Amino acid sequence: MPELLDKIVSLYRKTATVLPSDVEAALENACRKEGRGSPAGTILSTILENIALARKTRRPICQDTGLPVFFVKAPFGQSQREIREIIVRATRIATETVPLRPNAVDILTDKNSGDNTGTGFPVIYFEETSRGKIIIDLMLKGAGSENAGQIYKLPAEELKADRNLDGVRKCVLDAVFKAQGRGCPPYIIGVGVGAAKDQVTKLSREQLFRKIQDSNPSEILADLEQKITDDINQLGIGPIGIGGKSTALGVKIGINHRHPASYFVDVSVSCWATRRARLIW
Amino acid sequence: MVKRGNKINDIKTITLPLAKDDVLSLHAGDMILINGLMVTGRDRVHTFLFNEKPEKKFIPFNLEGTILYHCGPVIKKTAGGFTLVAGGPTTSMRVEKYQHRIISSYGIRGIMGKGGMGQKTREALRENGCVYLNTIGGAAVYLADKVKQVVDVWKLDEFGMTEAMWLFDVQGFPALVTMDAHGRSLHEEIENRSLNEFLKQIGAY
Repeated sequence: MPELLDKIVSLYRKTATVLPSDVEAALENACRKEGRGSPAGTILSTILENIALARKTRRPICQDTGLPVFFVKAPFGQSQREIREIIVRATRIATETVPLRPNAVDILTDKNSGDNTGTGFPVIYFEETSRGKIIIDLMLKGAGSENAGQIYKLPAEELKADRNLDGVRKCVLDAVFKAQGRGCPPYIIGVGVGAAKDQVTKLSREQLFRKIQDSNPSEILADLEQKITDDINQLGIGPIGIGGKSTALGVKIGINHRHPASYFVDVSVSCWATRRARLIW
Repeated sequence: MVKRGNKINDIKTITLPLAKDDVLSLHAGDMILINGLMVTGRDRVHTFLFNEKPEKKFIPFNLEGTILYHCGPVIKKTAGGFTLVAGGPTTSMRVEKYQHRIISSYGIRGIMGKGGMGQKTREALRENGCVYLNTIGGAAVYLADKVKQVVDVWKLDEFGMTEAMWLFDVQGFPALVTMDAHGRSLHEEIENRSLNEFLKQIGAY
């Protein structure tokens, strides 16, 4: 499938160099709220200038071109191994041609592989779909904000957090408070709630693919997402952590059923440069 | 002081290398533009300088009075040398454990990165006459265009592109002084204010 190879290389380029329009619009909105001439407003207008410059000159928005995370939906009968091999080859080519920063480091030798591939690198998730097309979502996840992610078990006494949605709210606030300005706010926050550690971590990351302006199909969760966003923006951490009204652009929550004894909450933090794009093939 | 809605007053231009008096004239909240030669260094450079303690004569660049920029750039090797593609800051807190002794051993006058640093570095800034500069996380293309030239590199083969020490010649490179040599840290002030709000919101007050 040589054509798919080229398309995935192009997907890498687009993801690294063009910020999604919903994220850019949210940053423009935040810039207006902060007001021109304020430190936070000045920072945001420089960020917007950077976004335009990256798009125009086809250079990566951020030098940390991140951890590539793929969510692939493929129809029944499509070999997942074949797609995985194509993604790995495309990753090598994109590292050279976009260019991407080589970010895959061997745990044992501390050597960088030089081409963004290695064991479990890039991250690739598969799901079977009934549709005839292959849908490939790519996120280039910056490590500064990735490092700000947290996982919680409710109840959490230190947060006065019970096993309920208000407990979830407190977990998110704690993660953002701990992150301060270190993960490049204003943040987009993904939250996963459910029964198992690995499951909620994936679920919270998946939420980051949702458009900022979308509305959660559950009215209860839609309200909670708005409430937490507002609460975060009261913290005053602001763009890049220098103070201001814009600490989060949005919060997105996903839920699964939980075990009666478990209530895991995973919080994925994404920087203002939330780079994601989709390929339908 | 950085307050909501506060105007940025004057933007100061500084030229490297800096003397101690230059550093003392800078205060938390000052917006500055940097001209001159500065070096990059992130995790590997910090653990190397901290653990191996190389003498100044073994380091090919003069670190006295310069800025150490926490940055792992994207650089392309071209026929004419190196071209900086993208070069924003990385999270400074990761090198908090090492920073203080690197400041005092090598006479560095400025540390630049993102997100601020902790107590040990804050004390080292005051004791040695050094400032912490917060530049704009993620604005990698905008900042790369403020680097006139990638002058040289040290430890490229050993550490790789991201972790090597690069020597940049910069002009009009923007940053905000967030920790000064007088003991003030805007990061700490913002964190304390956000702590009060956080405690209120989780009902711990």
